[in-house]
Amino acid sequence: MSHLIPSSILPLVVPVLCAVVIVLVLPLLAGYIVLVERKVMAGMQARLGPMRVGPHGLLQPIADALKLVLKEDIIPARADKVMFWLAPLVSVTMALLAYSALPIGPAFQIADLNVGLLFIVAVSSLGIYGIVLGGWASNSHYSLLGAMRSAAQLVSYETAGGLALASVLLLAGSLSMKDIVQAQLDQGIWFAFYVPFGFFIYLVASIAETNRAPFDLPEADSEIVAGYMTEYSGFRWSLYFLAEYANMIIVAGIATTLFLGGWLRPLARYRDHFPGTSVELLDAVPPLLALAVALYCFHLAPKQPVKIQKLVMAGAGGACAVVALALAGALFAPASVMQGVHGAFWFLLKVFTYIYAFMWFRFTFPRYRFDQLMRLGWRFLIPLALVNVIGVGIAIVLREQFDWNPFLSLVPTTLATLGVAMWLVNDDAPAAAANLEATIAQSGDGE
Amino acid sequence: MVLANMLFYFFALLAVGSALLMVTRRNIVHAAVFLVTTLLATAGVFLQLQAEFLFVTQILLYAGGIMVLFIFVIMLVNLDVEMLLVQFNRQWSVAGALAFALAVQVFFALWAGRDTLHLPAPPSQLALKNTETVADALFSHFLMAFEIASILLLVAMIGAVVMGKRRVE
Repeated sequence: MSHLIPSSILPLVVPVLCAVVIVLVLPLLAGYIVLVERKVMAGMQARLGPMRVGPHGLLQPIADALKLVLKEDIIPARADKVMFWLAPLVSVTMALLAYSALPIGPAFQIADLNVGLLFIVAVSSLGIYGIVLGGWASNSHYSLLGAMRSAAQLVSYETAGGLALASVLLLAGSLSMKDIVQAQLDQGIWFAFYVPFGFFIYLVASIAETNRAPFDLPEADSEIVAGYMTEYSGFRWSLYFLAEYANMIIVAGIATTLFLGGWLRPLARYRDHFPGTSVELLDAVPPLLALAVALYCFHLAPKQPVKIQKLVMAGAGGACAVVALALAGALFAPASVMQGVHGAFWFLLKVFTYIYAFMWFRFTFPRYRFDQLMRLGWRFLIPLALVNVIGVGIAIVLREQFDWNPFLSLVPTTLATLGVAMWLVNDDAPAAAANLEATIAQSGDGE
Repeated sequence: MVLANMLFYFFALLAVGSALLMVTRRNIVHAAVFLVTTLLATAGVFLQLQAEFLFVTQILLYAGGIMVLFIFVIMLVNLDVEMLLVQFNRQWSVAGALAFALAVQVFFALWAGRDTLHLPAPPSQLALKNTETVADALFSHFLMAFEIASILLLVAMIGAVVMGKRRVE
């Protein structure tokens, strides 16, 4: 094989393959996340959700995709045509570009950049141009309002999110995504337990940055129709949609890598083996999980109403069984293959858990008002993030200069951060009420 | 080497071309977009110089931060009026003469120093400790300047807050 390819492009082969896989799989993944989201929403609202297309709606994303591609593509008459055409492309390109530095398992990463984390953050922050330009180019008030809300929100929450990431960088001492995971393995703990406030701030900021409920003001349907994508239809609209879900996976991937141990297994330092083999006990968990899902699918298959649905359900079960077999087979493969496969499994499991939390929040919390959103960002999250970073800095000094236990050194600083957080909440509540009254009185005067 | 040259000229032409387009566009949003393109192309040149940290900082701060604020402000401006305004300055001749003089100077300088224009060979291995090198320089050699700049920014920020507060009351 290797003599067929010139040596100058040989190092590019694997990254290009990874890139192609990501570009091909991502739209499908986004479609199925939408399906899961609708199912979760249905479950929380005591409904069934999509049930018609395929068993339990399993083929719904494909039907949706077909519908979107076949829909008429309308460009408003007085829109700025070039910008209108360009904006969704910018969104999608920047979202996809960010994947190039995201490590999905130790073996599956397009490029391990020295400044990987900064690169992902920088590129995904460029995605805002897609939203802002699209909203402006539509030449519609709803679109423009949505775009401006989005820009204001992103600028506000990126600061807090960036400071939360900085607290992890202090602990890991590197910007490379791989090294950050390695640091968590070496220190024997996920950084979410070291800096719980950093994780909390990043969680909130990442929901706001991806324009998800309860921070979905840029596309608040009850106020401004659909915000920046009001005038978009058909394929262009689906590009925005893809970018939104791609960004969700990106922020979930950042949070997983920085706070939840990346591709590491839970209890990665517990390395007891099955007697007589080199297989670790806990590595049996992924194949067993996949097997359980497969058995559940097989259990559901005979209960489907129509014959074709029975077949598709059994097919889904078969696919899960194949995954289980692959995961089990990887246990007996060479160590690098085994770590690649299982690393990808754990990484994706954590990413989807994070996204599941997003869905939870979406269906649990009511939408914020814009002034509440700004107050939360500027007067709670940013001061808290600053205190958190300073606290981590102090903890590191305690650890390195005074030889404190690493975990112990973070306890007082975390408690101090908690104190500041409670003070901020208490201090803010009366001020917020007074502010609201003043605003109401002012608007009453104006009329 | 050919690829590296091609990439450099691609980024360089992109930067210069979109800078030209930026100053000639009437539509201010288009101009802003071309400015973003210029900044990104400059970032590409940084990347080619293996200055990864500068590359990312350029994108993060200029393209991702400052320009978003620019566009945000631009959208608050009523564009339709701006587009219809007639250019009212009558100083084309003066500006043209000055620009020509500057161009002559630049070309003369380049011509005079043409023997020293050969660039040094690029480092044989990747500069792996990019971020560390920048941090090292900032916090040892240029610590004083760095701190002064920080204080300047802090003062500007507090000033902005104070001015914003006064307007509300």
